[in-house]
Amino acid sequence: MSAPDLRRLSALTPARVRLQAGAGATALGDLMAFQEDHAAARDAIQAAVDWDALARDLAPLPVLRVASRATDRATYLRRPDLGRQLGDCDLPRSAPPLLVVIGDGLSAPAVMAQAAGVTRALVALLPELAGRPVVLAQGARVALGDAIGEAMGAGMVIMLIGERPGLSVADSLGAYLTHTPRVGLRDSARNCVSNIHLRGGLSHAAAAERLAWLVTQARRIGATGVALKDESGSTGMLPQS
Amino acid sequence: MPLYYSAAARQETCRFDGLAAVLAAASPERSGDQLAGIAAGSALERVAARRVLMDLPLTAFLNDPLIPYETDEVTRLILDGHDRAAFAPVAAMTVGGFRDWLLSPAADTAALAALAPGLTPEMVAAVSKLMRNQDLIRVARKVRVVTAFRNTIGGQGVLASRLQPNHPADDPRGIAVAVLDGLLQGAGDAVIGINPASDNLANCHALLVALDEMRQALEIPTQTCVLTHVTNALTLLERGAPVDLIFQSVAGSQAANDGFGITLSMLAEAHQAGQEAGRGTVGQNVMYFETGQGSALSADAHHGVDQQTMEARAQGVARAYAPLLVNTVVGFIGPEYLFDGKQIIRAGLEDHFCGKLLGLPMGVDVCYTNHVEADQDDMDTLSTLLAQAGVSFVIAVPGADDVMLGYQSLAFEDIAYLREITGLTPAPEFARWLEGFGLAGGILPDAGAMARRLGLPA
Repeated sequence: MSAPDLRRLSALTPARVRLQAGAGATALGDLMAFQEDHAAARDAIQAAVDWDALARDLAPLPVLRVASRATDRATYLRRPDLGRQLGDCDLPRSAPPLLVVIGDGLSAPAVMAQAAGVTRALVALLPELAGRPVVLAQGARVALGDAIGEAMGAGMVIMLIGERPGLSVADSLGAYLTHTPRVGLRDSARNCVSNIHLRGGLSHAAAAERLAWLVTQARRIGATGVALKDESGSTGMLPQS
Repeated sequence: MPLYYSAAARQETCRFDGLAAVLAAASPERSGDQLAGIAAGSALERVAARRVLMDLPLTAFLNDPLIPYETDEVTRLILDGHDRAAFAPVAAMTVGGFRDWLLSPAADTAALAALAPGLTPEMVAAVSKLMRNQDLIRVARKVRVVTAFRNTIGGQGVLASRLQPNHPADDPRGIAVAVLDGLLQGAGDAVIGINPASDNLANCHALLVALDEMRQALEIPTQTCVLTHVTNALTLLERGAPVDLIFQSVAGSQAANDGFGITLSMLAEAHQAGQEAGRGTVGQNVMYFETGQGSALSADAHHGVDQQTMEARAQGVARAYAPLLVNTVVGFIGPEYLFDGKQIIRAGLEDHFCGKLLGLPMGVDVCYTNHVEADQDDMDTLSTLLAQAGVSFVIAVPGADDVMLGYQSLAFEDIAYLREITGLTPAPEFARWLEGFGLAGGILPDAGAMARRLGLPA
């Protein structure tokens, strides 16, 4: 058994620490909590984004609605190739220097909780986004942003997408920045800012700062991906309390 | 060589256009091969493909590369590095004959160690397709691959573990708490390795320093790692950061490695730089690789080759750089590649078997994501089987819940369970260290003092 004061350390991490030598089998109460969290994560994966509510949340920014070729959840899970392909749509070739796409990915709760906040923080830091439409994409994988960006002639695309739900956090958002988006790009051509959520992850403001720094550097070197090392200030890495 | 192969199952004669088609159709059912459109079209067709495979000579894989030598540097690495002398004892065998030999007493620990440089990834992938789970365990158990850095991994009777103290915001104090949690339960001899939430160089540097300080504060005979891109590790080494192990995810084709932003010359450069750093004490195996079935397909770089054979080719890449640790992230890649618990368990045993036959210090991240049809019961099954199969190490996180990557691996108490039911022990240097802290059972450790030495308020 460990000293009771050691257990106070568990407040320093969301991880399921026991801080006990020879801890033995998982306590039954902890096992039930684990099963409850697993059940909640499974449900989050099946949930759908309320796109109308998200559009209201983003106002006054205009939105454009598209969908991938993965038209139902079961297909989406087994066919990532279809989730990368743009379904029939009529996107304007407005050649935005920077385009924000919001995709459901694997967590609708993440999109509902984080996407509008991150988008507003981005608009505050990046004037080129002001008044530009945000694309809302259903059945989206990360690379769907390439197809959308290419169709619109975007200089760069930021894909905000629901990350795969974990047990502790089922509403974490990921952000992927891609220079000169076009169909067929590899993941090594992107930069990623992950774990955007309000339970010990990156705050909306910190994520937007990181992304804005990456946008500026990507413009300077004309590329994203492994060529662009994230050397932004490390203040954003402090834990959010 | 024939343009096509054919064999019968029941009254049906099946025809396969080339070696890659035979291998794909002979593979146990899995969603990734179905996604790629190369899986057997029926159960009978799968049996027919296995009958073709039985009678194929092992040399077919040397004479007929699955991915062209001229355009793929992984194929060149495999064929140029093939040791003909080591291959000689099995050179006349068919794949089926090789299966029989592997299961025989003639294939003992010494014979398998001598053979490893003579085997190509394609040969071991092919023979695995003719083997049941039981066979994969029985043969892998005979293989010993010993590597060393600050301790010795892979010895007889040893089951090591990677302590994975990930934190969603890379907070050093939160990480220290997870490290303490793992050490108290006897984990961390393979490596204390963090997946950083951010690849930011300053952040990775800070994490490396934090881990190194923890290791030194408690004088732990183990190695630390921040799992960032190989080019980041090289930059950080140049800046004087305490890089013990250099990590990289690798795949089985040049194009798939391009998707990871790497080339073989980068890996060679990293291997050399790690050795020049000279931070190991009992050995100089400085590389740490991860692989996973489906990575080549996800990069659209599988060349019509099934995902399990591509995985063995990724292991062929890892083999060239004398790694301390290699593990498959078997249940992490997602349901589009391994759909459920049955497929994950099979793939975990295959990856472990193939890696061991190739001479790798094979570990497994026994894991699943929340969008896969699997749960803790499947992980109990796979981890128990792997412990019997002689796995070099497994990965563990607090309470089986990785709060940064959002998936379930093993828990620290699962390592204790595996050691309890098998009698396996940690790496010898680490086991002695645990005894020194009273963590090997018996004496109560002064966990509060350990916490304070890690810089935690306790």
